[in-house]
Amino acid sequence: MTLRLDGATYRYAGSGTPALRDVSLELTPGEVLGIVGANEAGKSTLCLVAAGLAPATIQGRLEGAVLIDELDTRTARPSDLAQRCGILFQNPITQLSGTAPTVWEEVAFGPRNVGLTLSEVVARVEEALATLGIAELAPRDPGRLSGGQAQLVALAGVLALHPAYLLLDEPTSQLDPYGTRLVGDALAALVAGSGAGVLIVEHKTDLLDRVCSQVGLLQDGGLTRVGPAAEVLADPQLEAAGVEPPARVRLARAAAAAGSHLPVEALAG
Amino acid sequence: MAGDGSPLVSIGQSPGSPPTALPAFVARPPEGFYRSLNPTTKLVISFAEAVCAFVVRGWTGPLLVLVVVAACALLARIGRSLVPFALATIPLTISILLVNTFLYPGATDRIVSIGPLAPTWSGLAAAVQATLRVVAFALSVAVLGLTTQPDQLVGDLERRGVGRRAIFVIGSTIRMVPRMAERAAEITEAQRARALDTQGGILARVRGVLPLAGPLVFGALTDVEERTMALEARGFSAPGRRTVLRAFPDGGGERLLRWILFLGTLAIIALSVAGFLEALP
Repeated sequence: MTLRLDGATYRYAGSGTPALRDVSLELTPGEVLGIVGANEAGKSTLCLVAAGLAPATIQGRLEGAVLIDELDTRTARPSDLAQRCGILFQNPITQLSGTAPTVWEEVAFGPRNVGLTLSEVVARVEEALATLGIAELAPRDPGRLSGGQAQLVALAGVLALHPAYLLLDEPTSQLDPYGTRLVGDALAALVAGSGAGVLIVEHKTDLLDRVCSQVGLLQDGGLTRVGPAAEVLADPQLEAAGVEPPARVRLARAAAAAGSHLPVEALAG
Repeated sequence: MAGDGSPLVSIGQSPGSPPTALPAFVARPPEGFYRSLNPTTKLVISFAEAVCAFVVRGWTGPLLVLVVVAACALLARIGRSLVPFALATIPLTISILLVNTFLYPGATDRIVSIGPLAPTWSGLAAAVQATLRVVAFALSVAVLGLTTQPDQLVGDLERRGVGRRAIFVIGSTIRMVPRMAERAAEITEAQRARALDTQGGILARVRGVLPLAGPLVFGALTDVEERTMALEARGFSAPGRRTVLRAFPDGGGERLLRWILFLGTLAIIALSVAGFLEALP
């Protein structure tokens, strides 16, 4: 049971340059893998390819293999993939259905699409809302939420499908510090409480530092390094690649530059 | 209790299955006789009224519809709420009155001569009839809108087997209108902040249309790709029927009423086309 990319290369239609180059990685249930990289490094494309949405819904050419629990994303139905692999996009507004009058019904959108029984729909919605601590938002209009709340509702909509794998594409990119904290807390709780394999693409390395076991560095579409989160996030190569290390790493470096030793590990978490 | 503390409403499922609890804010049981009618019944009533207002000639059609609309409004206790809808037709009805009264083709029965202008009795009668048709149509739609939540209507159509794509288009269109209005207001504010004059005279407002329409339309289009992917990622294209959340009451009497109204409306259209309704006053 894994989500596996095997030498995946992806070119968007009309582009000769691949947005993703020969990427191989494996995500197992329960694992949390962070991906960092500069803008245009191919992070969002990685999410789309891993979820099977590219090339299914975006014109382009995929080489190599992408398998979700042995289902080949090129031949599997998107609805079958949706129940195995959930994806959260950067912009929370565009991923809300736009048809639901309440948050509760918005979260129920996915489970209803796949035809679950009504009692199962109710159970899943209540569970997803409770997992993310947003049950009080249930009667609200999804179109009148703050960015952080909308992102959590979108995440609840994904969770309600009980995917074995979650792909989160910069889930806090448009959020203020409060919204980022909301999503960060929810992710930490989710990671602790669910057995899902999670891939998080993020610029905010502090979040990855908090929740990831492994981190990969994506440069020009290629995965140049994968390793334990603490090691990769402290690697000087990160800054050279245009990624700001987490605060604790910067703090330790500043202390070292001032002649003091500050053990980076002690600041973790 | 639901997660937010609101009461749960038990709804019946298929025989033998346990009752399922929907939060009250999702179940939203309607109150009162007319509001409690099945949403599709109210849609058919409104459709029949709107068709009759325009198809039945003379005074009979619009007056009959207005009487029915008034009865429905009384039953639903929304008489006062209809006033703004009636007032909203004023710009259109004024233009109908002016054009018909003064420019009715072939009319010679002048009311008075004011220079080159000659309003006629025939024109005035046709204008009042047309005005009543417009008001009857507007109020029949208003009664539907005031007594039926859009999602109730969409949900009932879904239960009747209307395809999920059609339902999505209807549902998203209904909910998109206020969102687009809000977005338009935001863009207008942003354009004003950049010194574009969108207030004042007609010319200034016309000049403000393009800078508003561009971002509004292109913004909506650029969202489409991501929305499509998000829908696919939430199982939108899954085979089979979607789960229906709410089943609205739909007794035999209502089904009979719908068929009578539907077939009656078709008959009225046929009679009108064949010219059998010409004799009506």
